[in-house]
Amino acid sequence: MAHIAHDPAGGISEATRTVYGHYRQQIRTRRVYSIIALVVFAIVLAVSLNFANAANSGKFFERLPYLFDFLRSFVPNDPLEIFRAMFDLPSPYADGSMKYDFTSQRMYFTDTLYIPHFIYELIVTVNIAIVSTIIGGGIAFCLCFFAATNLVGAGAVRFFVRRVMEILRAFPEIVIAGLLTAILSIGPIAAIFAVSLHTIGALGKLFFEVVENADMKPDEGLRAVGATWLERVRYGMLPQVLPNFVSYTLLRTEINVRASTIIGAVGGGGIGEAFRLSIGNNHAAKTYAIIILLLSTIIAVDQFSGWLRRRLVGNQAFEFGRGAA
Amino acid sequence: MSNVLAMDEAERARLRSTHATVLHQPWWKRWALLIGLVVTVLYLGFCYAFFNVGPAFENGKWDRAALYLQDWYSWRAQPRLKFADGRVAATWSTRGQYPADAKIDWLVPHDDGSMTVTFGSDANRLEVTPTLVTAYVDGAPYRITIGSDTVTAPSDAPGAVRQDASKVVVEYGFAGQAEIRANQVYVQRRFLGWANFWFDTRSAYWGLNPLEVIGLMFSPERVDPARSNFDTAVKDFLGNGVWQHGDILSKLLQTLVMAFVGTLLATLFAFPLAFIAARNITRSRPVNWLMKRAFDFLRSIDMLIWALFFTRGFGPGPIPGIAAIFFTDAGALGKVYAEALENVDDRQREGVKSVGASPAVVNRFGVVPQVLPVFISQSLYFWESNTRSATVIGAVGAGGIGLKLLEAMGTNSDWDKVAYMVLLILMVVFVFDNLSNALRSRLIGPRGH
Repeated sequence: MAHIAHDPAGGISEATRTVYGHYRQQIRTRRVYSIIALVVFAIVLAVSLNFANAANSGKFFERLPYLFDFLRSFVPNDPLEIFRAMFDLPSPYADGSMKYDFTSQRMYFTDTLYIPHFIYELIVTVNIAIVSTIIGGGIAFCLCFFAATNLVGAGAVRFFVRRVMEILRAFPEIVIAGLLTAILSIGPIAAIFAVSLHTIGALGKLFFEVVENADMKPDEGLRAVGATWLERVRYGMLPQVLPNFVSYTLLRTEINVRASTIIGAVGGGGIGEAFRLSIGNNHAAKTYAIIILLLSTIIAVDQFSGWLRRRLVGNQAFEFGRGAA
Repeated sequence: MSNVLAMDEAERARLRSTHATVLHQPWWKRWALLIGLVVTVLYLGFCYAFFNVGPAFENGKWDRAALYLQDWYSWRAQPRLKFADGRVAATWSTRGQYPADAKIDWLVPHDDGSMTVTFGSDANRLEVTPTLVTAYVDGAPYRITIGSDTVTAPSDAPGAVRQDASKVVVEYGFAGQAEIRANQVYVQRRFLGWANFWFDTRSAYWGLNPLEVIGLMFSPERVDPARSNFDTAVKDFLGNGVWQHGDILSKLLQTLVMAFVGTLLATLFAFPLAFIAARNITRSRPVNWLMKRAFDFLRSIDMLIWALFFTRGFGPGPIPGIAAIFFTDAGALGKVYAEALENVDDRQREGVKSVGASPAVVNRFGVVPQVLPVFISQSLYFWESNTRSATVIGAVGAGGIGLKLLEAMGTNSDWDKVAYMVLLILMVVFVFDNLSNALRSRLIGPRGH
């Protein structure tokens, strides 16, 4: 706040003037550092942008006008087509091509009762996310107690478990999915595996941090009456950490719904693959139908899990966990 | 007998009545954990059937899985020993690991036209002639005779020598195997490590040990008269035809740029807009509401949708990746920033306001110093997370290392290259995680968010 007093010369003692001089000096140094940092930042950004533009197959400013051309040509014949595509109703524009063929992929339960194709794929994707969260969360739950400083004395165990979690977290999901696709052929199992393994790493880290921050007094009490390690964890630790665990798991479910969509597009099946195919083949009505379905699913899952989390642990800003997740 | 811990009936009744909610919970609350577990197990059972897990595992190509995993850390030389004019001649596939006239110590041709293939030690080797292959397994010879169109194994052959219709397969475990047919012997010899990782066979540096490489790099005699030896080494390394170091490293850089630029632009975009969305800073409910819904909208559209949409618009490359990360994270960061702004301490703002500062100055000195550490720490978290997710976004079509990984996996034979890229990604992620942690703890102390 250097501009508050520009002319301090009048009515200030010698000592105050020295202090003020030091203050000015510090402000100046800080400003110089800030400016240097900003300049470096700007240079890195400019170089990065330039590199990105050069590496891209279409150049940014050349393609920008055509971006909206694509959107303009990417319109369904009439708005109702979107809903026909969504619910697998026959299209009046049907000409035998896949573009207007909404009916052939219905999933029939009985002769007349069917689930529309995209909704079925959406169910697959959401189920992939839930199963992966359960499997990954379950394993992370078992592992996290071995990574916590306050529960495990052996540094080697802790070190090993933490490194395993780190590697699982950083390991690219598509490689796991790709390897399993090569062995088990294309299908949701590859996606489940990939997302589960990532979930172990991500949730494991959040879980053991919760455990490390837990109050150790119940544990001490149990230790005093001769409880075993398992009993201490069950009765001393679990009641404290469970609400946070559940909350993080719910947050992870939200993230996993998105992750399983993306993994699906790379070869795990589900709505992600359907979306990639429909946008790649220029099927406008189908694409918009999938976007609407995905958008509403994600909003619904977010709202539901947000509501549940708020009930469990109160109104905390849980987006904070996202980076670690 | 009196026990100090025992309670009498009256005391028990008193406790029951005062803590009724603890002692008399409804049954579903008491059994909640068990019920939850049963429901979860039932659900997993349903999914087991729904996703056809059983049949898929049964039909899995598990023998190939072992092969793929071995390819991660070892390589195969696959010469075909063809019989022609009473001699044995080795031919290599296009991805041969040896130059045309190399002397190979495990594949020795003899003057009489025969050839010796060694699998690890002299006790395990093949003596190949066009009419007879002698397979030594653990020192014992087995004569495999080659007819005009069938090959026959001896009747006393062990399990490692196997008759397979008209051909004979000799297995040497990890060291490799040989498939003996009527017109050729198809040899697979496996070695630990990655073949020709540093230099390919076209390079003058091929086959040298590290000390020799360094020696040649700084020797005054030029390999290529046009440039210095050091330059040649770098060029040969980056231009390695099999490993494509130059290409892979530039793709990795693209992925990093996607994450960095995407997060940075999202931060710069969300920063001013969060002030509009925060109720306590912009005092207009409709504007707050509109801004927050805009953030929600951006956030809720999947990164995949943005990525595919912009790939259609800009073509594959880092730009769609940047755009996808930018749009998703602008929404997410905007929401987090707005929440942080709504939780600021009002006294500092009032203090600045009381001395007659303009609204911009109030925000600059009354609000920004409070929220800046939180903002930066959040952006760093998003940066870390995006460094990881940019790989997947790339695979969808945005380019970068993700697409390269997908291509390498698609061939089903380049698993060593996949392993190399995975190692690079792991290293980069660790470096960036630590960098961002260090930055964060410098900014807000080690135990902040």
